[in-house]
Amino acid sequence: MSNSPPRSQPPLAAPPGGAAASLGRPGGSSERLVQLEVLRYNPDTDTEARFQRYEVVCQEEWVVLDALNKIKADIDPTLNYRWSCHMAVCGSCGMMINGEPKLSCHAFLREYEGVIRVEPLAHFPVERDLVTAPDDFMEKLKRVKPYVIPKEKKPISEGEYKQTPAQLMKFRQYSMCINCMLCYAACPQYGLTPTFIGPAALTLAHRYNLDSRDGGRKERQEIVATHEGVWECTFVGACSEVCPAHVDPASALQQMKITSSIDWIVEHLIPGGKSARDTVSREDAGDIS
Amino acid sequence: MAKSHKPVVWFPFAAGGTVIAFFIPVIVLLTFLAALGHVPPGLSYERMHAFAGSGLGKLIIFGVVALSLWSSAHRLRCTCFDFGLRADTLAATVLYIAAIAGSLLSAVYLLQI
Repeated sequence: MSNSPPRSQPPLAAPPGGAAASLGRPGGSSERLVQLEVLRYNPDTDTEARFQRYEVVCQEEWVVLDALNKIKADIDPTLNYRWSCHMAVCGSCGMMINGEPKLSCHAFLREYEGVIRVEPLAHFPVERDLVTAPDDFMEKLKRVKPYVIPKEKKPISEGEYKQTPAQLMKFRQYSMCINCMLCYAACPQYGLTPTFIGPAALTLAHRYNLDSRDGGRKERQEIVATHEGVWECTFVGACSEVCPAHVDPASALQQMKITSSIDWIVEHLIPGGKSARDTVSREDAGDIS
Repeated sequence: MAKSHKPVVWFPFAAGGTVIAFFIPVIVLLTFLAALGHVPPGLSYERMHAFAGSGLGKLIIFGVVALSLWSSAHRLRCTCFDFGLRADTLAATVLYIAAIAGSLLSAVYLLQI
C-alpha cells in the first residue's frame, strides 16, 4: 500500500469564526460542508502523529462516522478506523471527538460547529490513524471473570438456573456494557495509573456478583478489592457521563467499595470473621474454565 | 495481589460525605441566619449551649465535625491525585494530620463546655 500522505485537499480557507458553511436545499434534507481534522499516524512511515484536514459535503442528519465513511470512499482510502454496526450496539467506533470520548456513530454532526477534531481513543496505544490497541482492556476483562460461576453445579438433566424478573433487574443495567472502552478514555485515573482495572471491567465483575445464579464474588474480590481494583477509583464520574449504554460504572464501583469495606471489617475486626480467600473452596476455584 | 486496606480511610470518608451532604448545608444556612440576627425559634444560644453541654450533643457534634473533616481531607487527597500531584503519601499525611488535629481540637473544645 502506498503510504504517501494523500493531498487531495488543499488548505482550507475557513469561513470567519470557523463555522462550516450550510448549503440549504429547499424541500429536502439540507447538506452541509463539514470540516474534519483527523489524527493520522502510520507506524511504517511516521515518527509522530499529525492532523490532516478534510472537507466533505454531508447531510445535516449524518453522524461523524458517516463523514469518515464519505472521506474514505471519495477522498482518502488510506484513512483507517474501526466500525461495524452504525447503531451504537457493537462498540467498535469509539474515538475522541472534539476531545470527548464518543461513539462516532452516535455523534451527530448537527451538534458540532466549525472544525470537528477526531482523534483515536485516549489512554490506548495507537496502531494506525484512529485504530487503537484494546489489549490492555481485554486482559483486564479476563481477570475479573466476567461470566456466571454457578453457586452449585448441577447436571443439565436438572434443568435451567431460574431467575425471577426482580433478580434480573438487580444487575440488568450493568449488563448493558458494549465494551466500547469510552469509559477508559474518559477516566483520569486510568490515564494516570495504567494498572487500574478500570470502569468497564469492574462493572462487569459487579454485574456477575449481583446475579442470583452466581457464586463467584469471593474469587472476583481477589482482583476487585486490591489497590488496583476499585480502590484506584476516586469517583470522578466521567465514566458514567460518557457511557453510551447508560451503564453508570461509577455507581457500580461505589457499590463495590461499600461491599469491599464490609468484607474488610468482617475479615479484620470481627473475631472469627472469615476472609474471602478462605471461603473459596478448591472445587469452586478450579472447575470453571 | 494483596487486598487493599483502603477501607480504613474510605469508610469514614464515605460516612463523612453523607454527613456533609445532609447536615453541612443546613448548618451553614442556620449559622448565616444567626449571624444576621435571625435566630430560628428553638435554636437560641442557651438551647444550643445546653445541647452542646450534654453527652449525646457532644458526641453528635464531634461526629459531624470529625467525619466532615476526614471526608474533606480524603477528597482533597484524591483531588490532588486527579490533578496529577504524584506525591500521594505526602498529601495524605499532611491532610489526614490536619483532619485529626481539627477533630482533636473540637473534642478538647467540646469537653470544656
